[in-house]
Amino acid sequence: MPHKVGIPRALVYYNYFPWWRGFFEALEAEVVVSGETTKQTLDHGVRLAVDEACLPVKVFFGHVLELSRQKVDFIFVPRIVSVERKAFICPKFMGLPDMVRNAIPDLPSLIDVTVDLRHRPKRRLWKAARQVGRQLGASPFRVIRAVFGAQKRQRVFQDLLVKQLTPPEALAAMEGKSRPEGSGKALSGKAAENRDNWLPQEYPGAKRLKVAVLGHSYNIYDQLASQNVIRRLREMGVQVVTADMLPAPLIRAGNQKLAKPLFWTFGKKIAGAAFHWLGNGGVDGIVHLVSFGCGPDSMVGELVQREAWRGKTTPFMLLTLDEHTGESGIVTRLEAFVDMLRHRMSLKEKGHPGEQGNPGGEDKPLQKGGV
Amino acid sequence: MGTLYIPIKALFENLGLSVVIPPPPSKRTLALGGRYAPEFACLPMKLNIGNYLEALEAGAEVIIMGGGTGPCRFGYYAQVQNEILKDLGYQFEMIVLEPPQGHVLELYRKIRELVGSLSLRDLKYAIQLAWDKVLAIDRLQVEVHRLAGREVERGRVNREFEAGLGAIDRANSFAAIRQAAEESLLKLKAVKVRPPAQKPLRVGIIGEIYMVLEPFANLEVEKHLAEMGVEVVRKIFLGEWVRDHLFLNPFRLGRERARLLKLARPYLGHFVGGHGLETIANTVEMAGEGVDGVIQIAPFTCMPEIVAESILPRVSQDHGIPSLTLYLDEQSGEAGLLTRLEAFVDLLRRRNLAPLNANLHRAPIDRQFH
Repeated sequence: MPHKVGIPRALVYYNYFPWWRGFFEALEAEVVVSGETTKQTLDHGVRLAVDEACLPVKVFFGHVLELSRQKVDFIFVPRIVSVERKAFICPKFMGLPDMVRNAIPDLPSLIDVTVDLRHRPKRRLWKAARQVGRQLGASPFRVIRAVFGAQKRQRVFQDLLVKQLTPPEALAAMEGKSRPEGSGKALSGKAAENRDNWLPQEYPGAKRLKVAVLGHSYNIYDQLASQNVIRRLREMGVQVVTADMLPAPLIRAGNQKLAKPLFWTFGKKIAGAAFHWLGNGGVDGIVHLVSFGCGPDSMVGELVQREAWRGKTTPFMLLTLDEHTGESGIVTRLEAFVDMLRHRMSLKEKGHPGEQGNPGGEDKPLQKGGV
Repeated sequence: MGTLYIPIKALFENLGLSVVIPPPPSKRTLALGGRYAPEFACLPMKLNIGNYLEALEAGAEVIIMGGGTGPCRFGYYAQVQNEILKDLGYQFEMIVLEPPQGHVLELYRKIRELVGSLSLRDLKYAIQLAWDKVLAIDRLQVEVHRLAGREVERGRVNREFEAGLGAIDRANSFAAIRQAAEESLLKLKAVKVRPPAQKPLRVGIIGEIYMVLEPFANLEVEKHLAEMGVEVVRKIFLGEWVRDHLFLNPFRLGRERARLLKLARPYLGHFVGGHGLETIANTVEMAGEGVDGVIQIAPFTCMPEIVAESILPRVSQDHGIPSLTLYLDEQSGEAGLLTRLEAFVDLLRRRNLAPLNANLHRAPIDRQFH
């Protein structure tokens, strides 16, 4: 009887799912992924989590609850302290298993392995893998094979991202091509549907707008949390790029602009990508999605926003998301933003002198003044 | 941050710098900070920016700020503050003391750039003097906590405390500091208090350090509790913080962290930055010491404290120690705080009055919904 391992479709699912799936399946566990985020998932999460928790954490709680009701043997809630040197993810990830355990009653066993790759990353990763293997009763030899297999899948995934696919599209594509037999029921229906249209489609119109959507992957790719920002932009005929689609060296180069390296992995990615695009004008506009009260983004967003203001060439819009975010509010602002970009583009084509002005209309982010 | 300015001022003045002490945090400080700081930055950062703006208005040329390596946002505040203040057009130099190198020698190098010449002996003297002031202030603080809830004449203890702080601030030699501390302690002990037979309620203050130490930020929660006749218990003091963060003795730090982890083990298995781990560990420790209840004070959007808050109900349930969580930001009002404090203190009083119904009263609050 293989173990059933539940994986919540939330938080770093959008970054590491291929790895996890490859790993667990090689250990002969059956992987069950919770469904797409729905209003109900969010409602459950909101009731379980403390008020001050951010939107993605609430969404995560909702997914864990869904899995706990599906009679899985284990739920995978790793304590991800760090995935690279000198950087953390966020304090909430470091206490995630404890938060989940204290908020949700009658949970199945958690796989709450600590992943801390700040020092000796390779050794720590193997240690974490061995620990999970022991919990599932797999032999060390099998764990080694599982890790190599998992890493291979993750590389395939990363390659697809650089080819301008969003993570959900890349996952669907991998699903369509290499779905292992006898598992992954939760994904099979979606996969068939997505197989044919996972490549970004061409839109009519001579010159297409290119807009960067910045934000934590678990916000921008979650259709409910983000209110489908990416799909909506595409429907308006805009080409969407995200930080995941940039190769790592470009992001590193973008980060060189900072006086001190950031110590949040996602923050680095967002800031690096933003500085890259602001530096070379590679996109027509930037939309930054942040969850209400996000700690790291309050700092990273500020740095990016100030850089955008100073550069005065790339329009920048900040959208704050929480459980009260309404669809129409987001749509209105996106439409206004895209209209403004189109207007700018037409002015540019006519060689209008006003084009060089500051998109925000302000001279400085905030003027000095008394209170 | 609370009374930290006294030792810091002594330190830099003895190093030959002239120190600009910004006015104590006020509504204006907060308004300035709230206006220029990022929207979701925490209250300490907003007050910080307000303080810096007021200090720059008063003619400061150099800002010295601590750094950090995360995951708490504090480690990046200096850089963001630098950008904000520079964008506002201020001319100044910001010196950031980053932890791994940010120890005493780094400070020495930076200070020497500023004042020209400085012997290591002078530096050692200045640090020791400042450290003595820290310890003296903490001694007074403990006494204030013990007495303030039982004073007969309202506000007397705090007035003596203020006077003591002034004396310590003015003292400029080891002997003078010791004398100021001793005299203030005697004066504090001479304040008329109700007899200890009427055992006062003991309430622990836990949470984020800036919020705990800065009375303006926590809306003077300790004073309000004292006025309700409550004795305040605290594990976080200036001295601890200075020792752990500025002197950086790795052995002590490691030992302390191991101790906290052991206390928090069943609830929180990892440090989460800031004072999240301390919040959980201190609650467990205080429950063991017979403290009647704890109040967690944190700035709105503080990540480590949100983790702690999520776990606190379980700790509270297991150890029978009620808890109240207060998130404060620039919108918080004193009246709202008072209402909640009064309700919490009433609850604790009732709980102590009805030992027979202890089980009933200690019944956990059911937060689950299905």
